[in-house]
Amino acid sequence: MEAISENIPLLLEGIGTTIALTILGYLFALIVGTALAVCRVSPIPPLRWAATLYVEIFRNIPVLSLLILIAFGLPDVGLTLPYFWCGVLGLTLSSAAFVCENVRSGINTVPVGHAEAARSIGLGFFGTLRFVVLPQAFRTMVQPLVNVFIGTVIGSALCSAIAVSEITWVTQSLNIQYAQAVVMFLVAGVVYLSMSLGGAFLGGAIERAVAPSGRASRASRTELNVQAGAQA
Amino acid sequence: MRGVNKFFGDFQALKDIDLDIRRREVVALIGASGSGKSTLCRCLNRLETVTDGEITIDGQPLPEEGKALTALRSDVGMVFQSFNLFPHLKAIDNVTLGPRRVRGASKAEAEAQARELLERVGLSDKADSLPAALSGGQQQRVAIARALAMKPKAMLFDEPTSALDPEVINEVLDVMGELAEQGMTMLVVTHEMGFARQVCDRVAYMDQGEIVEQGDPEQFFTDPASDRAKAFLSKILPH
Repeated sequence: MEAISENIPLLLEGIGTTIALTILGYLFALIVGTALAVCRVSPIPPLRWAATLYVEIFRNIPVLSLLILIAFGLPDVGLTLPYFWCGVLGLTLSSAAFVCENVRSGINTVPVGHAEAARSIGLGFFGTLRFVVLPQAFRTMVQPLVNVFIGTVIGSALCSAIAVSEITWVTQSLNIQYAQAVVMFLVAGVVYLSMSLGGAFLGGAIERAVAPSGRASRASRTELNVQAGAQA
Repeated sequence: MRGVNKFFGDFQALKDIDLDIRRREVVALIGASGSGKSTLCRCLNRLETVTDGEITIDGQPLPEEGKALTALRSDVGMVFQSFNLFPHLKAIDNVTLGPRRVRGASKAEAEAQARELLERVGLSDKADSLPAALSGGQQQRVAIARALAMKPKAMLFDEPTSALDPEVINEVLDVMGELAEQGMTMLVVTHEMGFARQVCDRVAYMDQGEIVEQGDPEQFFTDPASDRAKAFLSKILPH
């Protein structure tokens, strides 16, 4: 146990770094991913192709490979970032692809008639998205975006491979020093679990807040689904 | 419109359509389902593009894309069969969205106008309701108010009563009738023959993508010139 008690400041620093990696990576991913999704539904074919290409590349590369490429490949072309920012960049690039697909599928849940009605009162492409489509799509996107958040939390552990001193890296180093693998990785596990659960809790709260008429309608919808299932 | 053709793949939805609508005129577009009425209506504000032919409004050809097109759409109101109210906005916000975001009206200005319009369609007490809390007839009247809020020069109605229960159809038709009386230019795709006969200035009958016959409603309903129109009317009118 002294492995923990003697290293509280180091552990706290690791937790702080993990939180910073996750929050920055996720926020940038939300921005980049939403922009990509707008490209994917835009009327301009080259934008659609570019965004599709992006998604197919970054969704299908393991985060670990991506981080190593960024940390050790970019210096070869003359771009050297601090390892922390390499981590943020890697998480952003990867999570943005998933955010993009979630936003796009959210957009697709909005009936096309609503977009037509928006266009018929003279709103352009961006006005239609901003005032009519995205506010509706957002409701269906909350839970999938929580999944991306959890993916980002868990993915941040891989930044230990490029020597970012986040919690996995810290516990790994302490394990080498104290040879108490179970204790050390339990600590890391608890950190990730709390962050993921915190994200899920926040997501649930947001979902309830944006639901059309609060809790009541959600409850009745669930009930309906149960009945439909029973009949089938 | 002159010589307008529209294809969906190999299927020709519109065949050589010639149609003129004069200012302040109310034209009913009738015909069986799948005859191309809605497609024609949607082509007029370019929710559908035409394959060839010419559509002009006030002598100007229909703009292709961009600012000119959004300007045209804001001048031509459209009412849909499925209402298409924005479900996340209250009735009044549905009505004010266009004036505020397209015309740049202030919130107070837009809301005052919206309350006036909602009163005109008989829904002043429903301003703060969400669409889900309104009946079909009420939703469609809000949709009409939403289109009117843009102060359109003309209105397109794409089967505005086809998704409504019989007992609320009249509340929507009454609003449309008042609009016609006030001199709005209207194209109404409809299955409501009573409305076409009593309110409209002209009836155009479509079948298989063509305008088979058009003329005075009274004349059309009592003594249609074409056999196809006769067959159509004999199927839908009680004897």
